[in-house]
Amino acid sequence: MRAAWAKAGSKSIAIVLALLFTALLLLASGASPIESFRLIWQGSVGDGAKLADTLMAWVPLVLAASGLVVTFAAGLWNIGVEGQVVMGAIAAAFVAREFHAAPALIITVALAAGVIGGLLWGLLAGMLRVFGKVNEIFGGLGLDFVATGMVVYLVIGPWKRAGIASTSGTDPFPREAWLPTIGDKLSPIAVILAVLAVVGVYFLMRGTFFGLRLKAVGANAASAHIIGLSTRRYLLTAMAIGGGLAGLGGAVQAIGFQHKLVPAISGGYGFLGILVVLLAGYRAALIAPIAFFFMMISVGSTQLSLRLGLNSSLGGVVQGTLVLLTVLVGGWQAQRARRREPTEVES
Amino acid sequence: MSLELRDIHKHFGRIRANDGVTLRVGAGELHGLLGENGAGKSTLMKILSGFFEPNSGEMTLDGATLSLRSPRDAIAAGIGMLHQDPLVFLPFSVLDNFLLGSPPIDRTAARTELADLARRFGFSFDPDAPTRTLTVGERQQLEIVRLLWLGAKVLILDEPTTGISASQQALLFDTLRTLAGQGMIVIFVSHKLEEIEALCDRVTVMRRGQTVGEVTLPVPIDRLVEMMFGQAVPVVGRVPGVRGEVALDLEGVSVDDRLTSVVDLTLQVRAGEVIGLAGLEGSGQRTLLRTCAGLLRTSAGSIGVAGSDVTTRGYHERIATGVHYLPAGRLEEGLIRGLSITEHFQLAHGSKGFVVPWADARRDANALISRHSIKGTPDTLAEELSGGNQQRLLLAMVPENVRVLLMEHPTRGLDIASADWVWGQLMHRVERGTSVVFASADLDELLRYSDRIVVFFGGRVLKVLDTSEADTDRLGHLIGGRDVA
Repeated sequence: MRAAWAKAGSKSIAIVLALLFTALLLLASGASPIESFRLIWQGSVGDGAKLADTLMAWVPLVLAASGLVVTFAAGLWNIGVEGQVVMGAIAAAFVAREFHAAPALIITVALAAGVIGGLLWGLLAGMLRVFGKVNEIFGGLGLDFVATGMVVYLVIGPWKRAGIASTSGTDPFPREAWLPTIGDKLSPIAVILAVLAVVGVYFLMRGTFFGLRLKAVGANAASAHIIGLSTRRYLLTAMAIGGGLAGLGGAVQAIGFQHKLVPAISGGYGFLGILVVLLAGYRAALIAPIAFFFMMISVGSTQLSLRLGLNSSLGGVVQGTLVLLTVLVGGWQAQRARRREPTEVES
Repeated sequence: MSLELRDIHKHFGRIRANDGVTLRVGAGELHGLLGENGAGKSTLMKILSGFFEPNSGEMTLDGATLSLRSPRDAIAAGIGMLHQDPLVFLPFSVLDNFLLGSPPIDRTAARTELADLARRFGFSFDPDAPTRTLTVGERQQLEIVRLLWLGAKVLILDEPTTGISASQQALLFDTLRTLAGQGMIVIFVSHKLEEIEALCDRVTVMRRGQTVGEVTLPVPIDRLVEMMFGQAVPVVGRVPGVRGEVALDLEGVSVDDRLTSVVDLTLQVRAGEVIGLAGLEGSGQRTLLRTCAGLLRTSAGSIGVAGSDVTTRGYHERIATGVHYLPAGRLEEGLIRGLSITEHFQLAHGSKGFVVPWADARRDANALISRHSIKGTPDTLAEELSGGNQQRLLLAMVPENVRVLLMEHPTRGLDIASADWVWGQLMHRVERGTSVVFASADLDELLRYSDRIVVFFGGRVLKVLDTSEADTDRLGHLIGGRDVA
């Protein structure tokens, strides 16, 4: 109980510190912090259209972050998540371009293809780790570059627009392959998928033998092996689940938001997902609100450039600062707790 | 010159590695520090060389109090330590290693210094060779030369004869005698009686973190054995249990595990039999246990469990045949930090189901907690339990009908009540036909509970004997590599 309060405390301290830091930064660039924060709020949830923007950005972030909860639980630093998002988008784009059928069928197949694309890419990083002794950080990072290279190649090569090759993207997909929307942008299917992913991962980690065993393998592979678990199998499954969810995020991004393949199709949601999971303390329950907060900052801070002439990258600065400060405050608290000597249950 | 360590205490959590140790060494003395593994020798020497700070106690060199916060302070005070594995940087050249930690100096001058020092002791190095091409013995020689050059007046050697050849050992001993002859203090840490006997003038014996005594050599070796292992206590044999069919059958088994190996071992363990594995730590007991568990592959021979050949079956497949292994590192290779008692039981008992029935799981955990008298609740995390309760949890995780139980140090670090409880549990299982094979450093434990004892020395099986023909004295000699019977 005390640990829970300490955690909540460290989060609050970090948020206050991050806000103060951002306010100072805004003051230094000659803008009013209060006005800026108001603009961010208005620009992200101020009206229905803005809220739709924020939610549609929230979906791929939540999907990638949910998958990362699983890989982190297994003790895997799945830096390859970015490439998994990209491969999901490529796979969905392939279906959207080449497959002609009833819209519902195309969409289902495209989403499934996204899952499979990300899953295979995740599994590849996992196999490099398990069978090739390649640390998943380096394997994943390498595969990220391969995936990014592949999407650029497709956009300016085989899938280039009729007549001109442009990095602005492929031709839009046929309308039948677009995720149906309410209003201009909001796709209920996408939001439902994101909610299902969070709930599913929460249940998987809390309620199932699979989640329990995965945690055991992640916390201490040697003990898990002695207890009788096949650590390889759990590591690979975790990478498959993480990759599959990231790939689904990429698919939603492709057929639900961009409606074409662009070089920056991943939107950086994979890496941002890592920050969300760090801030959430690796717990699925906190993914949804934190991801929403992050996207409020991202989407809302575009207003800063329009209205105050500030660079919109300020949003990224706030997100990064927040995570760094949270980790830092958490580290300080852990250090102080250690100095006080751990309390142990005596025999 | 004189060195004195008074009443040194060093605790790691609840483990008292040094619990009031006193050591006095005079100039020109070759002083042995003798004791079993885990007696606290290395901890004491790491304190003297600045790696650890003691919790309390005083160290003086020539009457001046030493306050050592790092190895750098120690070498500045003239104390140099040669570690069990010489701390050299393998990709660096011999000369670069020699220069490490030294004040800036012209490389040509250093080259001459190194050559001079090496010649004095009869060492020969190629200064430009990468250190990884050197043998362990040569790395030691390099390290000794380096420490001397840095101004060491006190030289500590921690188990220096492990992994070096006989001729290198002879050269090392000559070097140490020369250094002592020049008035240096040499502290020679070892668990090998012969070496201490051959080399040292005086010896301090440690047992369980305390100084047992100090004697001038030579003394009868029995005296040293008794100091190392304690008084020979009459041991009451256990009531013979059920002796059934052969449960574990080793036929000419050979295994190689880097430093240790088992060669052509044939051993049959019957149901309800207890086999103790004796020997200094790292002599091969762990190798044998891990081989039986299926964690190490045999290079020859066959292993049978209850009549079926399991030689080629891996660890997880052997669990299915009723073989369970409990390693010594309870939180490293047994329990999982961050998981609760309930979660451990759910992991251990396995289930084909998908959803964990948490309500039932907590009820089962409560039942097991009270049956095994674990001090904790279903939600207590593994790392919050004391060593004794961790061991109880580990035992509770092993199924009731286990056929062969392989254990490393079942009671290490436990208080007497917990140790008795653990053995009570084990004997309860043994009476119902479980075979226990356990490694221990505690001679009393080995003699009290085993039917037969397998003694390891230097990575090999030295002897298999019936407990009825053994006592602490004989066992102590055997562990030290001497068969006197």
